Amino acid sequence: MTQDIFVLIEHLRGQVLDISYVMLAAARGFAQDGQVTAVLFGHDAKGLANSLAADRVLYVDHPALKEFTSEAYSLTLASLVNKHHPRAVLMGHTSIGMDVAGALSAKLSLPLVSSCRTLSADGKFVSQICGGKIMAEGDLPSPTALVTMIPGGYKTEQGQSANAPAIESFTPPALDNLRVVLKQIIEPEAGDVDISKSPFLIAVGRGIQNKDNLDLPNELAAATSGTVCASRPVVDQGWLPTTRLVGKSGKRVKPKIYLALGISGAPEHVEGMGESDVIIAVNTDPNAPIFNVAKYGTTIDLLELLPLLTEKAKQATPS
Amino acid sequence: MKIAVPIKFVPDLVEELTIDSNGAALDTSWLRFIINEFDDHAIEQAILLKERAGAEVTVICAEGDGVDDILFATAAKGADSLVKLTGDFGGGINSHAAARALADLFKESKPDLILTGVQGHNDLDGSVGALLAEYLGMPFVGYVAGVALSDGKAVIRKEYPGGIIAEMEIKLPAVLGIQAAEQPPRYVAYSKINQIMKTAKIEDRALANLDFNGGATVSRMFKPKAASQATMIQGSPDEVAERVFGLLKEHGVM
Ligand SMILES: Cc1cc2nc3c(=O)[nH]c(=O)nc-3n(C[C@H](O)[C@H](O)[C@H](O)COP(=O)(O)OP(=O)(O)OC[C@H]3O[C@@H](n4cnc5c(N)ncnc54)[C@H](O)[C@@H]3O)c2cc1C
Ligand SMILES: Nc1ncnc2c1ncn2[C@@H]1O[C@H](COP(=O)(O)O)[C@@H](O)[C@H]1O
Repeated sequence: MTQDIFVLIEHLRGQVLDISYVMLAAARGFAQDGQVTAVLFGHDAKGLANSLAADRVLYVDHPALKEFTSEAYSLTLASLVNKHHPRAVLMGHTSIGMDVAGALSAKLSLPLVSSCRTLSADGKFVSQICGGKIMAEGDLPSPTALVTMIPGGYKTEQGQSANAPAIESFTPPALDNLRVVLKQIIEPEAGDVDISKSPFLIAVGRGIQNKDNLDLPNELAAATSGTVCASRPVVDQGWLPTTRLVGKSGKRVKPKIYLALGISGAPEHVEGMGESDVIIAVNTDPNAPIFNVAKYGTTIDLLELLPLLTEKAKQATPS
Repeated sequence: MKIAVPIKFVPDLVEELTIDSNGAALDTSWLRFIINEFDDHAIEQAILLKERAGAEVTVICAEGDGVDDILFATAAKGADSLVKLTGDFGGGINSHAAARALADLFKESKPDLILTGVQGHNDLDGSVGALLAEYLGMPFVGYVAGVALSDGKAVIRKEYPGGIIAEMEIKLPAVLGIQAAEQPPRYVAYSKINQIMKTAKIEDRALANLDFNGGATVSRMFKPKAASQATMIQGSPDEVAERVFGLLKEHGVM
């Protein structure tokens, strides 16, 4: 067994995704004497390796690996892990990594640690669970630990490099008769406002309680330069279109002010708004994780606050 | 078409979570458990598929407080069979153990499609869906928001960041991890649930010899330390509004 750390590079439509750099940074801290190996799958995609801060890149080229599908990726990664027996394989706790990690754990009977935020040189993992309210620490299991990683513990720049790493090509296992096939990639519908352009976001979460209450943030938006956006439950209820979604599955935003109303601050939400200049959180639960990322907070009822705020905005801007 | 939906109860995050005296697990004596919200979406998706083209829907859950009520509620929504897994789950059950137990069950009942929730917020050893699929030798796709069935295949919509969707075709039998149903989960009236309780049966199924291999051991649990704790604004609602409004002006968005 070696002390190599494998990092499964995630990319979509010709772009390396940020989580890949986060994982490379984590691997570097953890690897000590071992090598950080970026594992890159694609088709005519060698160029994606250029920005990766890794000691080497294992590259597998195949038409079935052009864009991600769970089955082709799992089969290919399993054959690589079987050949090299790394100390750990880091994958994203994402729509790519999570499809692969479970399959690999069951296929190869290897232990799996999920939602990992940091790995330390002494071999410990720290995972973040329960919507960001609890951290769990333990020893990374042996012989080869499969790990799915969430962002937040490392900066993306730490996993980037100006020097392109050395590339070793690897032949994939047979990838025919696949049961999972990509048909097409569909871009999000355009037409609505682009929330990532607004300097003032009025974000509503499940605390808004029902669709009718959306009048309140809408009125504040009308009285200010603000734009209304939302957390996932609000969008899943169909109260706002997906174009307004902030977070892991939605948009990443970085406004001057992010007013979070009735949002708990789950990691999947914070992933999309944690870098806002100033976050003001309104949440009746004083223990809500959103207060760990907010600059200002208040525990008063958002339904009570919003009309007062709108009133003040209206008074300040004579119509 | 047989569709199976295994569901999971998770701690309600609205309640305060406390860590037990050993410092390595949640103190369950105070926890309130609710159905994983993504399982509500998986159930909704199963019922939608049944309404469209006919299917026999089975919902499976490990025993616990409030489980019967949820199972009867899914029957009121349209589920055909209800299964309760019984056994000694006092110390909790990790994803690997759950996936192996469910795989044993499904090797007998042979569903064409298994819909799990995309993830539970408290698991530490991966999500059951992908493990289960591999134990059954079936393909898996997670982060699914939309499923259409046609001759032995499912055409699914898989979510990527930024609202990008991948349309994929997956051969049945298969396991899908549901992120969102095509419409918000429906509500059922209590009267309808009460009605169905008189006729619907919950079938018990005892689980023996859980195999927990594949998970990690947690040596310490703790609450996250804030990088920068928020400055709390105190006062009457009007004073708070005044201060928040002041911040908007200060930062040039008013
Ligand atoms: C794979 C995956 C991807 C995901 N992607 C995203 C994503 O892109 N974006 C996203 O947002 N989520 C995403 N989620 C969901 C995420 O895990 C959380 O479930 C979600 O962010 C919670 O939304 P919330 O904070 O609005 O609701 P909750 O967590 O239910 O919080 C509601 C909050 O409102 C407070 N509240 C209630 N009433 C009031 C009141 N009257 N006044 C003030 N406060 C009040 C409560 O104290 C509570 O803290 C994803 C989850 C998964 C598994
Ligand atoms: N103990 C369990 N019993 C039945 N289904 C489960 C169990 N654990 C997880 N699941 C299913 O797997 C999904 C993902 O949960 P998790 O494995 O906790 O990420 C859940 O939404 C359920 O559909």
